[in-house]
Amino acid sequence: MRAIVTVIGKDRVGIIASVCSLLAESGVNILDISQTIMQEYFTMIMLVDLAACALPFNQLSNSLKKRGEDESLSIRIQREDIFTAMHRI
Amino acid sequence: MFNVNEIMQTNEMIDGQHLDIRTITMGISLLDCTDSDMAKACKKIYDKIARFAENLVKVGDEIETEFGIPIVNKRISVTPIALIASASDALDYSPYAKALDDAAKVTGVDFIGGFSSLVHKGYTKGDRILIDSIPNALSSTELVCSSVNIATTKTGINMDAVAHMGKIIKDAAQLTATRGGLACAKLVVFANAVEDNPFMAGSFHGLGEPESVINVGVSGPGVVAHALSEVKGEAFDVVAETVKKTAFRITRMGQLVAQEASSRLGVPFGIVDLSLAPTPAVGDSVAVILEEMGLSVAGTHGTTAALALLNDAVKKGGVMASSHVGGLSGAFIPVSEDMGMVAAAQSGILTISKLEAMSCVCSVGLDMIAIPGDTDAATISAIIADEAAIGVINNKTTAVRIIPVPGMDVGEIVDFGGLLGTAPIMAVTQGDSSLFISRGGRIPAPHDSLRN
Repeated sequence: MRAIVTVIGKDRVGIIASVCSLLAESGVNILDISQTIMQEYFTMIMLVDLAACALPFNQLSNSLKKRGEDESLSIRIQREDIFTAMHRI
Repeated sequence: MFNVNEIMQTNEMIDGQHLDIRTITMGISLLDCTDSDMAKACKKIYDKIARFAENLVKVGDEIETEFGIPIVNKRISVTPIALIASASDALDYSPYAKALDDAAKVTGVDFIGGFSSLVHKGYTKGDRILIDSIPNALSSTELVCSSVNIATTKTGINMDAVAHMGKIIKDAAQLTATRGGLACAKLVVFANAVEDNPFMAGSFHGLGEPESVINVGVSGPGVVAHALSEVKGEAFDVVAETVKKTAFRITRMGQLVAQEASSRLGVPFGIVDLSLAPTPAVGDSVAVILEEMGLSVAGTHGTTAALALLNDAVKKGGVMASSHVGGLSGAFIPVSEDMGMVAAAQSGILTISKLEAMSCVCSVGLDMIAIPGDTDAATISAIIADEAAIGVINNKTTAVRIIPVPGMDVGEIVDFGGLLGTAPIMAVTQGDSSLFISRGGRIPAPHDSLRN
């Protein structure tokens, strides 16, 4: 299963490292990353592959959310299908 | 490859514009639950619903987590209970409602619909008992919803049932007087009721439906209003195109969720109902969409035209996005559930007469309207008759969900809580319809029904 991870928050050192290490620990493979600063806000979107992920989806989602809360970031993970369904024919 | 703008746009719709799936509704046939012994029938009903819907809430929650899209309600609809209960010799069908309520609670769903009867041409023994049981059934249960179909384009209007329902609504209000007549918020009187509607309170599992089915209702007035705010001042051609594109996106999401729920539950996918259903949340309002088109307040002149455009564009956008569109599919105009409608009604500009006109061009009808508690039954019946006539003549579904709030009068406000919202008591038109309603009989089917 492929999913999209969205990370938004105030820019500072180490955001990518923090999120990527959590994903790596969970066995999530990163396929693509786009990162930019929009109106002083760090915005990162990653396409990830969950085929080798050790955790069930809801646990992965919760641990990302918790990491986000700990570091004052908004982190969410959603299956890729919702975006393709809404925007592609 | 992914597109950053598309992802950000979707998440902004969810976070800032109240985009959600209003309901995943599982339809369940109860035709094999009939029994001449009411207690046995109730046990069969409870057991079957508990078995079929065992995983409904769990699967809904999983889909919500994985897609990151809120699924506001999980619901169940069942075969109209009048058909099931008539096998017994019971004289009060409230215990069947209790069985439905218990089954809804054990499965964890938000509502269960189908304490219903189809009497558009006449009553069976079971229909009469069921309708007489409605006030007690709705006031003694929490999650059960009821509907009665009193007219179709094919059969005309059953005016005996129209008269009967006026009295039933009064009784239901009286039995829940301390809660603002809440029972009436769970009771819909239909013309041309549909068999696959996932929305409450009018949802039931029709006779043409399979053993079990998954129907999904989408929402999204906030998303449409936001999209229109970006085309201010543009011609209506642009307005219509914008609504169509937005409806397409919303419905595609509904289709995805419906297919996912269907496959995980092992239950066939029925339809996506592409209605624009408002909630009491600020910004999640159909009235605001109409006002975004350039009206100072919903209900003023131009409102019917604005709503007609909206309703049509929602269908055109949604129909290509789903393999099967059904249910009510259009814009809803409930008053209490829509903050914009509430404000328009409080200003005195949105009236019941205007809402009646609006119901000619949208789904569904006079919905969640609070009226003075001393409104007589004949007046309520006459309101139902008017709405039914609009549905029958125009070959569309219409409905009346009206609450004569005991002890309250025009200008006061009743709070039903949750998705049902808050309603100002609206004035009914003066005059007396009692001789008209007391005639009884049937208003014949219109000439337009003779299509064969």
